[in-house]
Amino acid sequence: MDVLLQQLVNGLILGSLYALVALGYTMVYGILELINFAHGEIVMLGALVSVTVLGVLVAAGVPVPLALLLALAAAVLVCMATGVLVERIAYRPLRNAPRLAPLITAIGVSIVLQNLAMILWGRQYLSFPPVLAPQVYAWHGASVSNVQLLIVAVAALTMGTLLLLVQRTRLGRAMRATAQNREVAGLMGVDVNRVIAATFAVGSALAAVAGLLIASYYGIAHYNMGFLLGLKAFSAAVLGGIGNIPGALLGGLLLGVIESLGAGYIGDLTGGFLGSHYQDIFAFFILILVLIFRPSGLLGERVADRA
Amino acid sequence: MSLIEVEGLAVHYGGIRAVKGIDLRVEEGEVVCLIGANGAGKTSSMRALAGLLPAAAGTIRYAGTDITALPVHLRARRGISMVPEGRGVFPRLTVAENLRMGAYFRTDSAGIAADLERVYGLFPRLRERRAQTGGTLSGGEQQMLAIARALMSRPRLLLLDEPSMGLAPLAVQTIFETIRLIAAQGMTLLLIEQNARLALESSSRGYVLEGGRIVHQDDSTALLASPKVRAAYLGA
Repeated sequence: MDVLLQQLVNGLILGSLYALVALGYTMVYGILELINFAHGEIVMLGALVSVTVLGVLVAAGVPVPLALLLALAAAVLVCMATGVLVERIAYRPLRNAPRLAPLITAIGVSIVLQNLAMILWGRQYLSFPPVLAPQVYAWHGASVSNVQLLIVAVAALTMGTLLLLVQRTRLGRAMRATAQNREVAGLMGVDVNRVIAATFAVGSALAAVAGLLIASYYGIAHYNMGFLLGLKAFSAAVLGGIGNIPGALLGGLLLGVIESLGAGYIGDLTGGFLGSHYQDIFAFFILILVLIFRPSGLLGERVADRA
Repeated sequence: MSLIEVEGLAVHYGGIRAVKGIDLRVEEGEVVCLIGANGAGKTSSMRALAGLLPAAAGTIRYAGTDITALPVHLRARRGISMVPEGRGVFPRLTVAENLRMGAYFRTDSAGIAADLERVYGLFPRLRERRAQTGGTLSGGEQQMLAIARALMSRPRLLLLDEPSMGLAPLAVQTIFETIRLIAAQGMTLLLIEQNARLALESSSRGYVLEGGRIVHQDDSTALLASPKVRAAYLGA
């Protein structure tokens, strides 16, 4: 089996998931200059809600494709509502406060959501119902499953839809205008509060999709899964240039590939001293390197003076 | 009835009382200017009219209704359009996208298309540069874009804050020719200008602000001739 090709394939799959989550960070940062540390918990909610709804529906004999769609719809609704509510209750009152206040609030919201999920779902790992019969294809010495292909397809479709929304619609133009100059957007007749709420709703919908896909990728969901995932996706957003949407896509994919390659080769590199379970260090190693050498990220232009 | 009528307006900005109770009005179709030194309260007054700053005291009546507490986006939708100091062009939207933002709340696509042609006619340079992003334009082009964008909302009242600021003399000339043209077409204008002579020559009435209060008001020709105004603001 070709290790390099296999790790590249794994990396792109994982990276497409990071990219979905990173988009949520970058959209909110772009419009509010706020690092929404609670975003990882929204992904976690999406995973738990979709796993739960899927389990109930499948047990009730609902056909799998329909059950998957309904589970996704439920996750999207719950995540959007939570995201919008968090913005309204926790962030909007601090809109004009010093930058540190909403940042600490975001960490607080993250802890609240985690504990809420622990109370609702318990501490145990929920397993993703085995609704998709895995079928593995071999390709030039690497293997990829139908489930993985479906994950990449859904992630790509979701991101394509987001790009269309941001680039081609009236709401997308209002979002970009608000991100570039909130005051002047108001002068144009844009209800800035609604556009900011819509940004949280869209980012949370992406998080819901990511939650379902990540639960199916790893086969489990857990109240604590959002934390590390959120940090990694945030690193991906910074790597690409936070606030920059193509940057989040690029950063997510790159981080996934780097992490997979790292996991595949770390044993060889360190003479067996570190095993593949140290793969998580790569995300943060990259984050540190980016912050030192290119603080505005690969595609970012204007962050250095703001963050 | 005046199009906009302000009574006892006070505005606080950055912890200071920038405007300490002013009365002013602009009639439909009139061009009125506010002149005064830096920090006299011109910009704060205008920002309060547009809804960017809250009124600490006083009332603002527009087209017969009290809009003192109305949020900025709703004032824009009722026809108050402001070109802010420094132009406020969206730097990473194209010229065409900037102009579409001006018509953000309008739904009459035929009317929007007609107005787009009209502003491209007014500023042919913008048509040439319609696919460029706003941030790549020169200062004069950005001012054209900001004015054109404001016109795209079909305003009833156009507020212009320092349209000549930071522009080359030739660009200032072009911008003011266009402002006079817009005024001649019947637009109601309130203008702030550092260059008092230019402001008074382009308007029919003027208010002179000093320390947050109105100290003179008269026809622009009278203000241009007034020895006090000449000494303080016209350098003569």
